Amino acid sequence: MAHVPKELRYTRDHEWAKREDDRVRVGITAYAAEQLGDVVFVELPKVGATATAKKPFGVVESVKAVSDLFAPVSGEIVEVNTGVPNAPETVNADPYGRGWMLVIAPSHKAEWAQLLTAEQYEEFLAQGAH
Amino acid sequence: MDTPLQRTPLYEAHVKAGARMVPFGGWEMPVQYAGIIEEHRAVRNAVGLFDVSHMGEFELTGPHALDALQRLTTNDVAALAVGQVQYSLLCYPRGTIVDDLTVYRLADDRFMLTVNAANIDKDWAHVNQYTGQGQGARWKNVSADTGLIAVQGPRAEALVCRLAAEDVAKIGYYRFARGVVAGIDALISRTGYTGEDGFELYAQAVATARLWAALLEAGRDDGAQPIGLGARDTLRLEMKYALYGNDIDDTTNALEAGLGWVVKPAKGEFIGREALEKVRREGVRRRLVGIEMVDKAVARHGYPVLKDGRRVGVVTSGSYGPSVDRYIAMAYVETALAAMGTALAVEVRGQAKAARVVRTPFHPPRVKKG
Repeated sequence: MAHVPKELRYTRDHEWAKREDDRVRVGITAYAAEQLGDVVFVELPKVGATATAKKPFGVVESVKAVSDLFAPVSGEIVEVNTGVPNAPETVNADPYGRGWMLVIAPSHKAEWAQLLTAEQYEEFLAQGAH
Repeated sequence: MDTPLQRTPLYEAHVKAGARMVPFGGWEMPVQYAGIIEEHRAVRNAVGLFDVSHMGEFELTGPHALDALQRLTTNDVAALAVGQVQYSLLCYPRGTIVDDLTVYRLADDRFMLTVNAANIDKDWAHVNQYTGQGQGARWKNVSADTGLIAVQGPRAEALVCRLAAEDVAKIGYYRFARGVVAGIDALISRTGYTGEDGFELYAQAVATARLWAALLEAGRDDGAQPIGLGARDTLRLEMKYALYGNDIDDTTNALEAGLGWVVKPAKGEFIGREALEKVRREGVRRRLVGIEMVDKAVARHGYPVLKDGRRVGVVTSGSYGPSVDRYIAMAYVETALAAMGTALAVEVRGQAKAARVVRTPFHPPRVKKG
């Protein structure tokens, strides 16, 4: 089974969220990257744009598939990983590290608690992730 | 929709190798093993093995077999010598395409047709409707008894040579020979769908898994690996080879698809000839062209093609091309906009992304010459 780091939170759309002080770093999970296959295109918003929880913030495309990226929490996008659109393969190579996508300054603190824990996400994957 | 998917003789081998299996044209097929881009590169740089056993094979035998094929297909079968292969089309009377296929001349009065997997039933009905059984030409659908493995890449010749009882290196492009590979009777065809040199090996379905295992084993030092449908698609796209159901179908005519080179009206009557002659006289309204994205975006099947905001065509195939390291596509565009270098746009998720018409194939083919 794909790697699910304990310290992160997750969405049912296979994004991960990492709390860094008062900010949240976001990427897609190893499971998502595996399912997509070779990522060949990533489209991310600009710094200063607003993310809304459960709404698309960008697009990731593999050779075969197009998938929306969904924001785990709402807030201002304060950092974007411009390395990823220029080297989309980073998402497959290091989904939890160099393949991160953006950093959000959350505007609705309560949303964090609604994200899945690693245990819950693993269970979700084990049930077939539908 | 609820029809169970069919499986090739290599199904177990694919599952055992960890392939991701997907439905394709009614078949359960491997879309990837190690990853599409890695597999694509293996074929361009070394050698890859493709299970294409899902494709259909019909045999036609009898004193009138040649006449029947001349009437059914667009290319000139009389120009085909025994031992030669010909790319061709089955067309409807209106000039649109039933299927694209290869025709093998096995003997003076004996032929084999290799057709697309998703079209086997439709093609079988078509050939029987238009030529019927008897009349000196007898059809036999041998699809279920026939396995097919494509061995493609710069090291394909060395690999097949090592396993073959005969000298396969002397088989020319679009020619074939009967032979024995790894102890298995095979029809060894110097053809493929990748733009690389290589062979397509037809064998009895029951022997196909043994042939597959022998090729993988003997090719280990060459870097031979199994290749899924994902890389098959990116490899053929870089060559601008049409894929039935994507780039050509029963709404597209042979000439606008750029397949006029296999339409030979001088040979005499064939199904679709009149309609295609009319198109040729009047000129095609649209053309299938190669497109390269100027803006960063992936053009995909069905996306609109725009010129100054006006819809002027549609993308039929598109992807990232691993060997050209660009986003490339095939699209039908209005004839006036088909010239090399024409600036166009592709509508991607509501946004116009700049693109241009480019020379094809996108990547230089390295098939055997002569």
